[in-house]
Amino acid sequence: MSDHFVRTQSSPTLLPPSSRLGVLQWMRENLFSSWANGLFTVAGLYLLTLAFPPIFNWAFLSAVFTGQDGSVCRADGVGACWAFIDAKFNQFVYGRYPAGEQWRVDVTALLGIAGLAPLLVPNRLPKQWFVGFLLLVFPFLAFVLLYGGTAGLVVVETSDWGGLMVTLVVAVTGIAASLPLGVFLALGRRSKMPVIRILSIMFIELWRGVPLITVLFMASVMLPLFLPEGMSFDKLLRALIGVALFSSAYMAEVVRGGLASVPVGQYEAAKALGLTYPQMMSRIVLPQALTTVIPGIVNNFIGLFKDTTLVLVIGLFDLLGIVQSNFTDPAWISPQTSTTGYVFAAFVFWIFCFSMSRYSIYMERRLETDTQR
Amino acid sequence: MNDTRKVVIELDHVHKWFDDFHVLKDICLSVREGERIVVVGPSGSGKSTLVRCINHLEAHNQGRIVVNGIELTEDLKRIDEVRREVGMVFQQFNLFPHMTVLENCTLAPMWVRKMPQKEAEDLARSYLERVRIPEQADKFPGQMSGGQQQRVAIARALCMNPKIMLFDEPTSALDPEMIKEVLDVMVDLADGGMTMICISHEMGFARRVADRVIFMDEGEIIEIKKPDEFFENPENERTKLFLSQILED
Repeated sequence: MSDHFVRTQSSPTLLPPSSRLGVLQWMRENLFSSWANGLFTVAGLYLLTLAFPPIFNWAFLSAVFTGQDGSVCRADGVGACWAFIDAKFNQFVYGRYPAGEQWRVDVTALLGIAGLAPLLVPNRLPKQWFVGFLLLVFPFLAFVLLYGGTAGLVVVETSDWGGLMVTLVVAVTGIAASLPLGVFLALGRRSKMPVIRILSIMFIELWRGVPLITVLFMASVMLPLFLPEGMSFDKLLRALIGVALFSSAYMAEVVRGGLASVPVGQYEAAKALGLTYPQMMSRIVLPQALTTVIPGIVNNFIGLFKDTTLVLVIGLFDLLGIVQSNFTDPAWISPQTSTTGYVFAAFVFWIFCFSMSRYSIYMERRLETDTQR
Repeated sequence: MNDTRKVVIELDHVHKWFDDFHVLKDICLSVREGERIVVVGPSGSGKSTLVRCINHLEAHNQGRIVVNGIELTEDLKRIDEVRREVGMVFQQFNLFPHMTVLENCTLAPMWVRKMPQKEAEDLARSYLERVRIPEQADKFPGQMSGGQQQRVAIARALCMNPKIMLFDEPTSALDPEMIKEVLDVMVDLADGGMTMICISHEMGFARRVADRVIFMDEGEIIEIKKPDEFFENPENERTKLFLSQILED
């Protein structure tokens, strides 16, 4: 080409050649892009063929789905004992909550879902009403419904609560309390006022430095020793407070990471406009900080959800606890009972945790496309 | 000189240190209502710190700063009062990325001035019109060019109806073809009689709008002159050296 060039016609925009499209191309790029990758693909497929048929056989083909007691599961070569789950399902969900009163648990769950659902997906409903309901009204409603004692409802002692219900009560309380507490602790830790900062640091480091199981033991065994004679807290309430404070310390550190990621220019712009500290934090800094750390926050939620199983050590029967306690039921003893029970419990936990994980990814995408950052 | 206009910014023997580094040394300056000041100087000369002291984004350590009749102290109420009357435009725009352009502009009027939403939106739209981007109101900052973002930042500051506008190198982070659109808006603002302090190395802009040009170096004010005299006839050696460096091309 000569030194002098002036374009007179613009060149056309073309589609990519056909070799860049299609299934074969996808496989070449994703499964067999090199010798090593091809090898891993083949090895992976081989492992799947080894593992999948036995699992499928255990869970479905030779599994027992119906039966009056454990005798059907004691036969040779029988797979999963789903009949056990079926027979105990009510207990797994409600624990020893009286059968006639279980509707109260259902109503509580439905109210919670009804309050939460409009906040999860974009819509035109007035959000602040639902937030207000969930934070201010729902906790009291839930307490009245579940515990009773007022409005003509029979008292159901927390020692009769159990199963998935306890798991959800502990997890939801922990989640709902730890996020706001964590935000305040994180702000406190970055505060310019030494007393607030030092108290926040001490609180966070104390709770982070202690295993949850110790916190629960302390709450149930040691706390009564310090309280005056005759005064006692409900065991579940103590566990709830312990879990909430424990997880808020973790949450504080996640939120602190988010606060640090907000550029200093954002603070300056907010100040220069005359916004006060609470306005700057609630309108400018926290929305950006919390968006950045959604994966970390949800990670904490998931960890907290699974940690609820530890309440077993202080004698509360959450889902896993109640499943385990049924292994010793003489009517259902069989070689497959415990395996089936654990798989069931694992599956229920996985459903909840996986849903949270997927929802967090959906939120991240939505907020990202909103701001096009 | 018998200027009868009111003094709106008064700096009286102001000193500031970052740890033991003396960033502002004995700064004395008074700015009258409607005056346009352009501050120039090499990087690290303290010009940015000087401007940021005026709305107390930086605290001065010694001397007095009086803005709009209010002396700046550590008293938060006074600081907020001053900030309400002083708009600021930053080099990096600092728009709020999680809000639309309109929300960026209505935030402060609604929360600081307690203006009803409808009124704040009308106000915001009128200023977006003035900076020539009324059609972008519902976009997010990340969807706009640098020049557009900076014009939104100017509109956002103007929505508080400030008496004084501070500009901290508003065109330094922009691609060359966008500098003019921002400068045009600033010239327009200057012609409207706004009191302005601009840190800018756009010499054409300084000649066009400045009443006085201030040259700063190593934390001191070295020279204050009318723009023509400043550029034609600098007296201090440091000023001459600086001008020869930036006017080379």
